Amino acid sequence: MEPLPGAAPPQPSEEGLSRYLAGTFFLLPAIVLLGIWLLYPTVYTVVRSFFGQSGYLGSWVGIDNYRTLFTTSTLVTAIKNNAIWVGVVPAFVTALGLIFAVLTERVRWAVAFKTVVFLPMAISAFATGVTWRFMYLQDPSQGAVNALGRSVHEAFSSPGVLSNALPSTTSLQNHGGALVLKTPLHPGGVAILGLTGIAPQDMPSGAKQAVKPAPKSGDVEGVVWRDFKPGGGKPGVVEQGEQGIPGVTVELRDSSGKVVQTTKTDADGSFDFSGVAAGTYNTGIGASTFAKPFGGYSWLGPKLITPALLIAYIWIWAGFAMVVIAAGLSAMPRDVLEAARTDGATELQVFRRVTVPLLAPVLSVVFITMIINVLKVFDIVIALAPDSVQSNANVIALAMWRTAFSGNNDFGAGSAIAVFLFLLVIPVLALNIQRFRREV
Amino acid sequence: MAAAAETVRIPAPRDTTAARIVRALAKTPLQLLLAGIGLLWLVPTIGLFVTSILPASFISTSGWWKLFAHPSLATFSNYSALFHTAGLTGALKTTAYIAVGNTLIVVVVGALAGYAFAWLDFPGRDWLFVCVIGLLVVPLQMALIPMFRLYNTFGIGGTTLSVILFHAAFGLPFAVFLLRNFFVGIPKDILESARIDGASEIWIFLRLILPLGLPAIASLAIFQFLWTWNDLIVSLTFSVTTMNVFIFDQLRQFTQSIDVIAPATFISLIVPLAVFFAFQRYFVQGLLAGSVK
Repeated sequence: MEPLPGAAPPQPSEEGLSRYLAGTFFLLPAIVLLGIWLLYPTVYTVVRSFFGQSGYLGSWVGIDNYRTLFTTSTLVTAIKNNAIWVGVVPAFVTALGLIFAVLTERVRWAVAFKTVVFLPMAISAFATGVTWRFMYLQDPSQGAVNALGRSVHEAFSSPGVLSNALPSTTSLQNHGGALVLKTPLHPGGVAILGLTGIAPQDMPSGAKQAVKPAPKSGDVEGVVWRDFKPGGGKPGVVEQGEQGIPGVTVELRDSSGKVVQTTKTDADGSFDFSGVAAGTYNTGIGASTFAKPFGGYSWLGPKLITPALLIAYIWIWAGFAMVVIAAGLSAMPRDVLEAARTDGATELQVFRRVTVPLLAPVLSVVFITMIINVLKVFDIVIALAPDSVQSNANVIALAMWRTAFSGNNDFGAGSAIAVFLFLLVIPVLALNIQRFRREV
Repeated sequence: MAAAAETVRIPAPRDTTAARIVRALAKTPLQLLLAGIGLLWLVPTIGLFVTSILPASFISTSGWWKLFAHPSLATFSNYSALFHTAGLTGALKTTAYIAVGNTLIVVVVGALAGYAFAWLDFPGRDWLFVCVIGLLVVPLQMALIPMFRLYNTFGIGGTTLSVILFHAAFGLPFAVFLLRNFFVGIPKDILESARIDGASEIWIFLRLILPLGLPAIASLAIFQFLWTWNDLIVSLTFSVTTMNVFIFDQLRQFTQSIDVIAPATFISLIVPLAVFFAFQRYFVQGLLAGSVK
């Protein structure tokens, strides 16, 4: 491009004038649109940001609106969150795009894979937000993400037989999740471990009438049972109509609290530790019996909402990075790669030492584009974050909208946030435009 | 001699079935990994679709994947009910008007300006071009407050036209950038000979530039269409009920109705998906032109 410093005035000749007119004719519509919808608003918003809340301009407040920006907690949260977005998303998107682009080069169905990963790019960020809102529902039987979490969780630790059970008398006390009988027993003793708070449908199948075993020398025996029957019953006493709880893990602890034996209860709730050496022992029900089933993470709650948003956003943009990087990859000189392989470089070395450096310009394009996108992120946040956590999920563009519209109607502070966003975007986009000027 | 030559000859590697199986097996972990990733990218959209064809009573207590255990539950009644919901057809129409209308404006105005910047010689042209490209930095948030005020002053707040013009203006810098760069690449001889033959600039624009620039124009049109079909913030600010605003209103209601939100969201995304599949080539071209070039 050749800038024309002190451009020559239009030639007074007929040809010069007609060219000038032609230029005006072709450019006028664009200039009108850009002038009214971009230039005028930009100037107005900058000016407006120094004035108060309401009215045509409101009253002059100087830089107060900008001060609010850094002192109001929801706005500070927005800035912090946006910093997290900038720190996480461009790096992840670029890395995923690079990995996908390199891996798909090795399979025959690369086109199908690319199409699938690229699909979210065509869908609106808003619709994606709504889609992921269903994915993130907390109840594992409704939200797919937590359903997956539950199957992983249950593969490692299954929920206990009785997640909600409580001791029926105060003779049992909580010991790090386990329920342990307070009174120590000697061999020949019988432990009475009564539980309540068990709904009938939660009783393990095969339960029979509870039986209190007779004492036996050298053994510690006992019973775990549902210490409740219709009408109530007497707490702490095994009665007719009360069922034993089968399959409960019972622990025998020595005087130092160490578990020396474990066993499981029978159908009538009875258990038996045989061959117990002399001494005092505490008997208890193992903590695993009371393990709660996986209840799901609160992805849409205040703590996890930002990570949840980041995941959904990376899901959208990975395809973009992959397509742009794959285009760069296919334009790369193949002989350089082949030469490196011939010289005995491993695939990983080729990737790190040759592919990535050669792709650096493309990678930086993706990275910079993602910074700009992330600074302006709005739709997905308003779609995915429920109203109640939008203050926690806040980002700059959303803060601007919520301040200026959405009932608050503070045009002064809203303008200041818009200008702040503008100032953040300028240096990043200037990089892109500079690159463009170099290339022309 | 002949025998010696025979022993030295290296047997040509034969592509036996066994060799092919070995090679395929070596790639199996990679294939599985990529298939898993692909599935991960498909599940949310499939989930949305399945949710949209399940009865509300079922989906409010169970996960959509249970459909595969009870396929008979699938029903399109949510969709037929949706089209009787007040405002849906209107929202769909409004979205279409906005997306098509502003795309037409951007293409025409952008092509005119792109041609001027590429092939007309007038003082200050290159500086003006840099200024237009410079406007790419203006985030649309900068214009929401002033245009909201201005629209209300002129009484066009809440009209489809107000959103169309807003989108058109904000699409222009990229349009001018894309089309100017493409038009510059059109061989100069074609234009020069037409000019020598006495053709007017308008004739050249309509008969030469537009047909030759069709690939770039198609990319631009697809982009602009998708971008504005998918918009939320502009139509929300100017209170124009597009599909996304319609869904947003449902989402904000105290008792959210999944049986309305899921099918409405699916309808709103099936249009861009169809456009994407129909014009995939142009879409990717435009993407690369916009980011790499």
